[in-house]
Parts: sequence; C-alpha cells; structure tokens
Amino acid sequence: MAYVTDELIPPAPPPTEDKKRWTAASIAGAVFLALWFVAAVAMAAWLVGGWNTERVVQYGPKYLSGLVTTIELVATCIILGAIISIPVAFGRMSNNRILSTLSYAYVYFFRGTPLIAQLFLIYYGLGSFRDELDAIGLWVVFRDAWNCAVFAFSLNTAAYQAEILRGAIQSVPRGQFEGAASLGLGRIVTMRKVIFPQAMIVALRPYGNEIILMIKASAIVSIVTVFDLMGETRRTYSRTFDFQTYIWAAIFYLLIVEALRNVWVLLEKRLTRHLKR
Amino acid sequence: MNDPTAPPLAVASILDMLDPFCGPVGFLNLIPESSLLSCGATGWGDEIANGFFITLCLSLGTLPVGLILGFFIALGKLSSSRALNLSANIYTTIFRGLPELLTIFMIYFGLQIGLRQLLLAFGIEEAIEINAFVAGLIALSLVFSAYASEVLTSAFQAIPAGQYEGGAALGLRGGIVMRKIIVPQLLRIALPGLGNLWMNLLKDTALISVIGLSDILRQTGIAARVTKEPFLFFGIGCILYLFLAMLSSIVTNWLENRYKQVER
Repeated sequence: MAYVTDELIPPAPPPTEDKKRWTAASIAGAVFLALWFVAAVAMAAWLVGGWNTERVVQYGPKYLSGLVTTIELVATCIILGAIISIPVAFGRMSNNRILSTLSYAYVYFFRGTPLIAQLFLIYYGLGSFRDELDAIGLWVVFRDAWNCAVFAFSLNTAAYQAEILRGAIQSVPRGQFEGAASLGLGRIVTMRKVIFPQAMIVALRPYGNEIILMIKASAIVSIVTVFDLMGETRRTYSRTFDFQTYIWAAIFYLLIVEALRNVWVLLEKRLTRHLKR
Repeated sequence: MNDPTAPPLAVASILDMLDPFCGPVGFLNLIPESSLLSCGATGWGDEIANGFFITLCLSLGTLPVGLILGFFIALGKLSSSRALNLSANIYTTIFRGLPELLTIFMIYFGLQIGLRQLLLAFGIEEAIEINAFVAGLIALSLVFSAYASEVLTSAFQAIPAGQYEGGAALGLRGGIVMRKIIVPQLLRIALPGLGNLWMNLLKDTALISVIGLSDILRQTGIAARVTKEPFLFFGIGCILYLFLAMLSSIVTNWLENRYKQVER
C-alpha cells in the first residue's frame, strides 16, 4: 500500500477575495460625503445667487480692512506676548520661591479664566481707577479699546507662551547644559547657542497652535468695539440682515487658519530636516 | 419671566436648600445685608450665583453631547472607508478652524433664520426666538466634539489590535467588544486630553453671554453697569471662573489617579 500518490493535486487558484462592496462604513461614508457635497453646492449656489455687486463694493473693502486689523492685532500680541513670556518662563523655573509662586499665579490666572472676562476686566474694570490712572497719565492709554485689547491679549498669550517656552527648555537634556559648562561657556552663551536652538524646535508646533488660537480668539475684540474681521462682519450684518455676511467671515477665517497651518507644516519639515534619518 | 430651562418646582426647592451661595447654609449670608454682594434685593449675590449655576449647567450639558458626537467622529476618522475619513476630517477642519464666537453667532442667527424659512414653507409666519442656552449648547457641542474627536482618535490608536482580536476570540460581538473592552481603556488614555478640553469648554461658555445667556459674565456685567463698580464685579467673575477651573483640576486629577490604579 502506497502512502504517496503518484499524482499531486493540481495547483488551485487562490480563493476569490470575498470583498463586500457595501459595508456599513462605506455606506455611511458615501452618505456623509454626499451631504457635505450637497451642502457645499447649496452654499455656493446661495452665495452666487445672493451676489450683490453694490453690497460687495460697499462692504468688501471694510472686510479687507477688518482682516488687516485682525492680522495686526494678532501679530502685535504674539510678539509682545513672546517678550513678556521670557521673564515669566524663567520665573517659573527659578529656585526662588517668591519668583516661582508669582509667575505660577500669573500663568494660572490667565489660563484659568476666559479671555473675554480678562478683556472686560481690563476694558471696563480699569474704569474704576479712572482718577488714579488719570493722575499718572495712563487713562488716555486705557480709554482706547484697541490698547486694552492689545494689553489683555498680550498678557493672556504670554501666559500660554511661557508654559510652551518652559516645557521646551526643560525638554533639553541636562547633558547639554553640562557639556556647555565643560567647554567653559557662560550662562548667556549657553542659553543662546546651545539650549535655545534645540528648545525652539520642540516649541515650534505649540507656537503654531498658539498663533492659530490667537487668530480665533481675536474675534472677541469685536465685542469691545474694535472693528476687526468679526467686528466688520457684525456691523455689516446689523445693517443688511443678510446671513451671507457671516458665511463670508467664516470663509476668510478658515482660509487664514488653514493657510497658517500648512505653512507651519512646511516650516517644521524644513527646520527638522536634519533630524530625519 | 417664564424660563423654559428652569427645573420643576420640587427639584428647585431642594436645590435651593443646597445652594452654597444664598441658600440656608450659603456663605453669602455671612456678609451684611446692605453690601453689594448680599443675596437680597439690594445685593447682587443671588444674581451672580444664578449665573454661576447656568455656566455650570451649560458646560455639564455640553459635555455628554460633545463626547458622544466626538466619539463617532473619531470612529469615522479611523474607519476603513476613505469617504468616511474625508467627511470626518472636513467636520473637524471647519469647527476647529472657525473662531468659537463666529460659530456661536452662526448657530444662533442661522437656526433662527432656518427655522423661520422652514415654518414659512409650511405656511406659518412667525418670528422665532431661539433660546440662547440651546443655541450655545449646540455651538459648544460642535466645537467640543471636533476637538474631542482628535483626542479620541489618538487614544484609539494607542489601543493594540490584540485587544479587538482577543475580544473576537472570546466570541464577543463588535458592540460588546467596544463597550466592555475598548471604551474603558480608551477613556483612561484620553482622560488628560479630555480634561484640557473640559477646561477650554468652561472658558468658552463665557462667550455665550454675548448672545444673551445670563451666565457668570453677563450677570457680573449687569451688576458692574448698574453699580458702577466694574473692577469689583468683573474681578468676582474671574474668581468664579478660577474656582471652577480649580474644582475641575481636582476632579480630573482624582479620576486620573483612580483609573491609574486599575491598571496595576
């Protein structure tokens, strides 16, 4: 009795892949994508149908000036905030109990309360000290909504940026400080040439997020009569009662935020190319 | 004024008993009757306390809606269907990119206009006023869910495929694997991220005061205007928000510790 047959079984083709064409996920995907598509087409049709050249000529330039105001505000506050954040971050890392408690309290207050409440506290609240401020000549500064907004936003973003900076500096390994010290570098040179460049790469992404958050938060200034993009939108809506004004503002904001996000991705790719293996 | 969000009478009277501001054991009763912060008709304590509860209710109401919505959007992002991924990503791009204030205005005015058009289509002509609480809840849920979906997506990716396979090997169905095996781990991983989002949510509720919700900021603002003491009242508003932030960090720390112990 032979245990081995003379013939082998002929090779069979692989089993046909039992691929379901319509799973629950693909049906849901098709439905939702179709919904988005219909919404986009309807929105475009509505915007084109409601196009009013007279209004666009009248309000278009105002939107652009609002956009410029928004960008100016964000740029000013991010830069001022970056400057203020440096002493705060070093205060947070300091061994001095008083300094670190003070800067912790500063960061906790500005991160724990809503920005709009901080803005009101400064814009309306400083009115309580009108006589005192007048005496030192600062009332002229704080009477203006724009200055108050810059003041509140800079202090707010400084608190967030201080935490970013602190996290980034503390992420640099201790050996880097020790290595610099063993080369006989002074503290400032160590900071500037060794620690800072490494910390900034870690901080790049959170800084980008902070700028995007600032752009979105800057819409709040429209409530204290600064005519930024949101302020111009609200003014236009109160005159025309046309809901399209808000849609245009949404398109502008989405464009800025997405543009910045993509620029940041490119920037990060470029700046970290030496870390890729 | 008939407030549709007011709780029924029996619940209200129990809540009044427990009111930490102006109830029988409220701390604001300790200060003299004539002061600006007392609870009676002359002081603003009770109005501000009311605003405090509205802020708390709004954020506690938004949380479950936003979490559930965010959970399904996260599932959409991780789905095998490209179309579903794309539609989930469009959603998060929109609601993470728009300023919260603009989202709130768009929901508030957009819903009013939309509902009026809908009623007009049925031949009913009526001006509709949307409740600021409802509009705020919807707008904040949209924003919260967009951010929560990002946190939950990365938490999903941290759960090894073996967990699903182990569940399947035990013969459990998909829904049960999700509910009994995946979600408990998911929540533990996502807890720190969700805690941060909760803090942001608390702060974003202040924006709803702009469309007329009587929350902390609006009530302190009215008090500030009437009494001409803006710094005092806005300062009190900030302190109340700080108090909420501290309370939530205590709760999230407790939750994190609790679920860390399960892992051991």
